[in-house]
Amino acid sequence: MATTVPEPPRMEEQRDPSRRASNGNGGWRNVVPADGNLRALKDYSPPPASTGIWVVLASITMSFLAFTSALVVRQGSAADWRHLSLPWVLYLNTAVLVASSVTLELARREVRAFMGGLRTQTARPTRWLYITLFLGLFFVAGQYVAWLQLRAQGLYLATNPNSSFFYVLTAVHALHVTGGLGGLVRVIHRLNKSILKKSSLDATSTYWHFMGGLWIYLLLLLWIKL
Amino acid sequence: MNENISREVRAMHDMSGHAAAVHHAPTSFIRKHVFSLDHKVIGKQYYGLALAAVIIGMVLSWLMRIHLAWTNAAIPGLHLMSTSGAPGDVMTPEFYLQLMTMHATIMVFFVLTTAPFAAFGNYFLPIQVGAEDMPFPHFNMMSFWVTFVGFLVLMASFFVSEGPTLGGWTQYAPLSALGSAGGPGEGMGVVLWAASIAIFCVGQLLGSLNFITTTLDMRTRGMSLWRLPLSAWSWFITSCMGLTAFAVLMPACILLILDHVAGTSFFVPSNVVINDQLQPHSGGSTLLWQHLFWFFGHPEVYIAIVPGMGIVSHVLITNMRKPMLSHRVLVYSMGALAVLSYMVYGHHMFLSGMNPVSSLVFSFPTLVITIPSTMVVLIWLGSLYGAKIRINTASLFALGFISMFISGGVSGFFLAQPSIDIMLHATYFVVGHFHMVMGVAAMFGIFAGTYFWFPKMYGRMMNETLGKAHFWLSFVGTYAIFMPFHYLGLAGNVRRYQAFVVEYMQPLIPVHRFITIAALFTGAAQLIFLYNLIYSRFKGEPAKDNPWQATSLEWSTPTTPPPHNNFGDKLPVVYHDPYQYGVQGSAGDYIMQTSPEKVTTPDEA
Amino acid sequence: MARFFAVTIFVIAILSAIPIVRHTWWMAPDISTHGGPIDEQMVDTMWEAGISFLASQILLAWFIWRFSGDRPGEKTKNFPGGAKTVVWAAFLLVGTEVLALGVFGVKAWANVYFTPPAANAMPVQVQAGQFAFYFRYPGPDGTFGALHPEMISESNENFFGLDTANDADAKDDIVTAEMAIPVNREIHLLMHSKDVGHSFFVPELRVQQDFVPGLDLSVHFTATKIGRYEIVCTQLCGLGHYNMKAYLSVMSQQDYDGWLKKQAALQ
Repeated sequence: MATTVPEPPRMEEQRDPSRRASNGNGGWRNVVPADGNLRALKDYSPPPASTGIWVVLASITMSFLAFTSALVVRQGSAADWRHLSLPWVLYLNTAVLVASSVTLELARREVRAFMGGLRTQTARPTRWLYITLFLGLFFVAGQYVAWLQLRAQGLYLATNPNSSFFYVLTAVHALHVTGGLGGLVRVIHRLNKSILKKSSLDATSTYWHFMGGLWIYLLLLLWIKL
Repeated sequence: MNENISREVRAMHDMSGHAAAVHHAPTSFIRKHVFSLDHKVIGKQYYGLALAAVIIGMVLSWLMRIHLAWTNAAIPGLHLMSTSGAPGDVMTPEFYLQLMTMHATIMVFFVLTTAPFAAFGNYFLPIQVGAEDMPFPHFNMMSFWVTFVGFLVLMASFFVSEGPTLGGWTQYAPLSALGSAGGPGEGMGVVLWAASIAIFCVGQLLGSLNFITTTLDMRTRGMSLWRLPLSAWSWFITSCMGLTAFAVLMPACILLILDHVAGTSFFVPSNVVINDQLQPHSGGSTLLWQHLFWFFGHPEVYIAIVPGMGIVSHVLITNMRKPMLSHRVLVYSMGALAVLSYMVYGHHMFLSGMNPVSSLVFSFPTLVITIPSTMVVLIWLGSLYGAKIRINTASLFALGFISMFISGGVSGFFLAQPSIDIMLHATYFVVGHFHMVMGVAAMFGIFAGTYFWFPKMYGRMMNETLGKAHFWLSFVGTYAIFMPFHYLGLAGNVRRYQAFVVEYMQPLIPVHRFITIAALFTGAAQLIFLYNLIYSRFKGEPAKDNPWQATSLEWSTPTTPPPHNNFGDKLPVVYHDPYQYGVQGSAGDYIMQTSPEKVTTPDEA
Repeated sequence: MARFFAVTIFVIAILSAIPIVRHTWWMAPDISTHGGPIDEQMVDTMWEAGISFLASQILLAWFIWRFSGDRPGEKTKNFPGGAKTVVWAAFLLVGTEVLALGVFGVKAWANVYFTPPAANAMPVQVQAGQFAFYFRYPGPDGTFGALHPEMISESNENFFGLDTANDADAKDDIVTAEMAIPVNREIHLLMHSKDVGHSFFVPELRVQQDFVPGLDLSVHFTATKIGRYEIVCTQLCGLGHYNMKAYLSVMSQQDYDGWLKKQAALQ
């Protein structure tokens, strides 16, 4: 590079202290002033986990939309739709999953307070996280019980299209919930080692709540359509 | 006690500041070259996978072309590829279809989606935005290995007793869903195909996650969205498409596998009789598969071509020494292509038996999508006006891309209309169209990117003489191969036929022979590229940091190849738009994005 | 090399256009009543596509020729009018083209798919199965017998699964391996698939339509020229796909009646 290059302008730390530090001024709300006065810029780049979680949720949404349209089309393609009554344990599982979202929010509140250094307690606030984890496991186990109940009625995967979709939708959802459980385990692990990032916790929580919301949608779908 | 906590708490607070998952330079061989978290290594791994795939895919196409031209001929050694597919080295009809299916599947997924997007994107997107790496390096590493496993699963279908599936890369139901009753390879072959593709989808979704978050969250100081190079925009737009498209293909593949292994009837209707046996399925919807598949399938072809557009734009600008006529129009056009691509998928189904009104409904956006495509081509052409075009292998391939894209694109005018589709559907016209506009064009984009970025990736230049020879033979050769496909299609030559026993197609066989010879020559020419690649890697002329006098961030790395964290101790600061060419720069007629010089044009100097 | 490249592009463009202009390889002559608008669309599209193709390739070649190399002393310059001209050109050119093709194309499509078959159209059923077409005529009673898939037997030549023993409608159905129709008579072709997806294509007749298993579709057409044509399958259906074909004979009404009588006797 040439030697007549003027010294670059000195950057002041112009960051909003309540926002976390970042290594750049990316972020798609950013505007670069035409006069090149970078000093005037604020730092808005969101932590990648916050953007990333929405990317993940978008693709999961598309998958379940695909399954939904498959269900709708399949229902219309032949006269072999046989009404099936949903196993009662599903409603219990729903309550458990909703409860787990509540406990997760409680956990977040405590973790936020802990990370802000405001509490003087010595114990890390993992209690509510463990409860959420337990409720999540209970949900997955409960789904398994639902399958057993269905099997007891003689309804297997291939028995009729209703049962096929029941198993497929609940199984794929349960698989994603298991992924969420993995996320919770990771959060607990990191909290214990004091390396948990706020964005990580937020992303995992968003995912978990989405699983709850998705379940409500699926329950309605199963109830109305099957 | 409290002190300890608050130190901890402070540490966690600070920890939350680092956007990049900073990973230290690896030391072991495994960590450096096999299970690497470094996006550059992952990019090269993807490129290697695509290279292996394209060699296999091309060899398959040679076998297909030889058989089409000389149907009863024995191809020496063919019996080694299959126990039952080539008795006496003569290809059976089913083996032809199996090779065809594998050719298409390998090319579309493991070459055209992998090389321009996953390979170059992984390597250069973080550098072009000014980041140290992608934000989720573990997911990134997983995305490559998952894709690789998908490739192995697909290849495994060559080794099962009945061989791979023969249903085409489109795997239409019920043929694909019936199991072995449908034909050789329709049992395990289909299951492996569907599993491989489902696995591939997972890999791509992990990749899209990284690409999107890198573009939105990891840009360095001064790098606003409008200062991103066009290649970065194309990777970003493509990853948005991939996110939604692959997420629909995966459920479709899962349902297909269930129809095979679990006795469900998602896609198989009632009353299917094969070999006088009523099949044990009922009520499924044949068209459901087509809707799900093409909802993915059409965006997929744009996933294959949009990165090529970005790479070609990027390469052209450097070699034209002026920016595009309108940077924003190009970005908006690529975005429009992405959005519209979801609305046109039914043009693959005009004659499928869906409601004929739907055919018209899909036909309109298909015609409208011509507008952004034409805009892109016209901006390129308009930008060439008044330029100072440097002719080198990279720019030749970039210009060749434009020619190919035009040729392949205009045949789309025909196929977009349902009434004309009555005559051209399932003929060689379609095959010519997609090979030119997607296959060859994307390949040219990959070649342009390779010749352009090789110096940065390996610190050596590729040989220009060999490169130009490769270009000339490929450019003329691919035209010789694929232009005649359109004539064949107009004459009614049906596709996916392993031989032409129909009377009205007999006069077309000499055309097939011409095409086959052109294909074999053009294929042989690719060996020049392979040789050049390997030779230059070790013995190529050492390259400077910025051999093309280019402006974007990848040319400002402190070393070539870039160091582990791309920019050394300090992340770059960006002062300019990406394409400051034709200006009064201290180093020449350009000003790099990272240079704090003020932009003055020669008039103002 | 730039000039050589420009010339190459130009030559390739011209060479590509020649077989189109000379109709070296072209659609078979139209023998249908509805094919006129389709052929017109084809020609119109060929003009528009051809002009776009040649113009853009020639422009590309011209710009490469004119603007390559360093040309020291000259500055780079922009296309007159800038991006705005280009954007407007794209919208106007392509927009008009889209409208033209789209709007006129609707007519050709509507001709085929939005007009119902005439009341006196002659019904013929075609069944596609791996890997042959079979045809069925309703016989003197004018009704088709019901299909019983479980009764299909290739060895007994009961291709459609007809219950000729008990079903009166089925007794007089005429099943053939070749399709014959009288000239200038509208045919209502009922399409049924025995197994997987197939397609019915007769280029001269300007008819192509997929068979959808589980869905009974139909097309209708009138042939205007006596002759023998090939029906080919265009939807990949398995290893015999390339060989799945049948003959369509268009005959005078007299010849057709004779043919049908002969076929009835062979049942």
